[in-house]
Amino acid sequence: MSAHSHVDGQLPHEPEKATLEGRNKVLGFWLFLGGETVLFGTLFAAYLALRNQVGDGNPTSQELFDLGLVAVATFILLTSSLTSVFAIQAMHKNQVKPMLIWLAVTVLLGLGFLGLEIYEFVHYVHAGHGFTTSAFSSSFYTLVGFHGAHVAFGVVWITILIFQVLRKGLNVVTAPKVYVAGMYWHFIDVVWVFIFTVVYLMGKVG
Amino acid sequence: MAHGHTVKRYSGLMDWLTTVDHKKIGILYLIAGGLFFLIGGLEAILIRLQLWKPLNDFVSPDTYNELLTMHGTTMIFLAAMPLLFALMNAIVPLQIGARDVAFPFVNALGFWTFFFGGLLLNISWFTGGAPDAGWTSYVPLATNTYSQNHGVDYYVLGLQIAGIGTLVGGINFLVTIINMRAPGMSFMRMPMFTWTAFITSALILFAFPALTVGLVALMFDRLFSANFFEVSNGGNAVLWEHIFWIFGHPEVYILILPAFGIISEVISTFSRKRLFGYSSMVFATVLIGFLGFMVWAHHMFTVGLGPIANALFSIATMLIAVPTGIKIFNWLFTMWGGSIKFTAANLFAVGFVPTFVMGGVTGVMLAAAPADFQYHDSYFVVAHFHYVIVGGLVLGIFSGLHYWWPKMFGRMLSEGLGKLTFWTFFIGFHLTFFVQHFLGLLGMPRRIYTYQDGLDFNLMNLISTVGALLMGIGTIIFLINIVVTAVKPKNAAADPWEDGRTLEWAIPSPAPEYNFLQTPLVRGYDALWKEKMDGNKGMTPAEPIGPIHMPSPSILPFVMSLGLFITGFGLMYSHYIIAGAGLLITFGCMFLRSIFDDHGFHIEPEELKDKGVKA
Repeated sequence: MSAHSHVDGQLPHEPEKATLEGRNKVLGFWLFLGGETVLFGTLFAAYLALRNQVGDGNPTSQELFDLGLVAVATFILLTSSLTSVFAIQAMHKNQVKPMLIWLAVTVLLGLGFLGLEIYEFVHYVHAGHGFTTSAFSSSFYTLVGFHGAHVAFGVVWITILIFQVLRKGLNVVTAPKVYVAGMYWHFIDVVWVFIFTVVYLMGKVG
Repeated sequence: MAHGHTVKRYSGLMDWLTTVDHKKIGILYLIAGGLFFLIGGLEAILIRLQLWKPLNDFVSPDTYNELLTMHGTTMIFLAAMPLLFALMNAIVPLQIGARDVAFPFVNALGFWTFFFGGLLLNISWFTGGAPDAGWTSYVPLATNTYSQNHGVDYYVLGLQIAGIGTLVGGINFLVTIINMRAPGMSFMRMPMFTWTAFITSALILFAFPALTVGLVALMFDRLFSANFFEVSNGGNAVLWEHIFWIFGHPEVYILILPAFGIISEVISTFSRKRLFGYSSMVFATVLIGFLGFMVWAHHMFTVGLGPIANALFSIATMLIAVPTGIKIFNWLFTMWGGSIKFTAANLFAVGFVPTFVMGGVTGVMLAAAPADFQYHDSYFVVAHFHYVIVGGLVLGIFSGLHYWWPKMFGRMLSEGLGKLTFWTFFIGFHLTFFVQHFLGLLGMPRRIYTYQDGLDFNLMNLISTVGALLMGIGTIIFLINIVVTAVKPKNAAADPWEDGRTLEWAIPSPAPEYNFLQTPLVRGYDALWKEKMDGNKGMTPAEPIGPIHMPSPSILPFVMSLGLFITGFGLMYSHYIIAGAGLLITFGCMFLRSIFDDHGFHIEPEELKDKGVKA
């Protein structure tokens, strides 16, 4: 059951599932994402219940949202999901350097997304859409902010993993970590697809 | 890997603070959950003392509200769940033939976050007022407008931190049960207790995040002036009720399912019979878990959701009576024709069955939406949920503790004192809560601190108070039993009941650090019983004796949880530097855990031989 039995030899094809610890980690993380789904589901439900409670004189979602900016953010985040797939593919081929490069690209795209989101939020606050303005604004910032915080956490996490792999190399201990971080990244991407649809598209036309 | 790693092994207090051993974590859960159970019980007795006569002024109305809120919150989140987690931790890995849980570190983290969350909640008594908006903390009562001290802040933050612990604990059990079963232990050979722990963990996984969001929203409203529930700014009070009960209804099944599991094990063992209808038991458990998510609005019949919603939730609720009925009949048929031994554990289990049926019957009565308009917010509801939670869950926990005590501690609890515990607690319980049905039907509302004379409430309230005191005496007898047992020699046999059916009885009592010297080969349901019936002395090993890999102890789970505790305080009193420092501690620990690999250590076969362990 040793986690290190493969270190000296050839890395197995799916190093993330080569040990029981790795398989536990991957399964546990799938389950964790199940819980996260409920978390975001509840946030979406609260937002849907409150999104028309704008209050007198406050900007509505139609007035606030700029689909152009959001489309760019969406494009960046979806692309980062693709680059994280490239990273995992490289990992499965035991190509450490391309994997690290793709992970770094993923982190940079994540940072780009965060920058756009911060810019967007600052813009909204100046337009009179603060956190405490209305039930709509509170639930908007909570939902989108929770997602943003997840992106920020992912950026820090993947950065730490890049340095870990640089120091320790790719083995059956580090591979599950990278794999799981990739799952996490896809998950926050999927959540964003829903935010784009439910918050921004429905807010613009619904 | 090299076996040369020397891992520091602690002793004394540090051993308990750093342990990642599921059996020790189980004991920690038992101690902490037991303490909170005593606190919650004391609150209950104070409530009953206030209500023993009309117009009593034993406690003030404000104190009464705090007692009521803290009694409910403590009993559900800090007593019942941890006590179940105690038994799940102590027993589930043994029942599936595993050396350890899937995530020992996370397991310890789950305990410490629960503990610090509970501590935070209870500190509120000493810092200017406990939460006083009920365990359901309904808005607008729980918003700043009507709840101006920090009480509800403690509720929100304490439960949030404790909830993290429960969630990670649930994930740990799910992965343990899916990935760590011994060879031959297929899903349909798993003992019932493991099955119920499995389904309960799944319910935790899908229910607790909803509570997380509800608590976050209420916290944002209270601390950062958000408007989720501020009606004047477009907020919605009913939203809280939906979110709370989407969590809250599965929560009651989270509590009761493991109790069902315990009862199944105990009744089967002490009837010396295979559990009747095992597959239908499994099916019923899964079905209850599934339906548990479909019924939350039966707590909200009087909100005004309309006849269609009420009808649907009414029918869904009544449907749950079907799988529950399956279970009741299976227990009866297990006993039927068995050679029943009425040990203390079995007394609790047998007492559970009719008591839980009574709670179930009132549950179906409450599920009828039109009738619920009469019962709503009356003592009828109080009687109902105490019948299912105390009469169901607490009797189940007592049964499980008496049953598995030798496996956890290596000592048999005194049977005489155990039976005395049962009779005082059981009679006290029915005295307390049976009359409350009629108080409710007579019109006594719940959550009131006193009542007028001349309403025919007096005698029944007096009876109820006497019963509560009797339950208190029962609990004290149990504590005496623990003390008396603790001074006895540690000499429980591996299979002290002699009729053990499942794998935990195949290893010494208490279980050694590594559980199984050799992973057992499971050849059927009731794995140990099957070997006994085939004339074998014990389990067939599935592997040769070899070095056993163990995880290293770590102080990080404790420090991580301490960080969250500090954050809670900082947020509450708007000291954001302190809150940030707490988060820094927590995330710092996560960082350390990530960069330093845990190589663990090995117990070598020679060491095992030195200790004189039998193969």
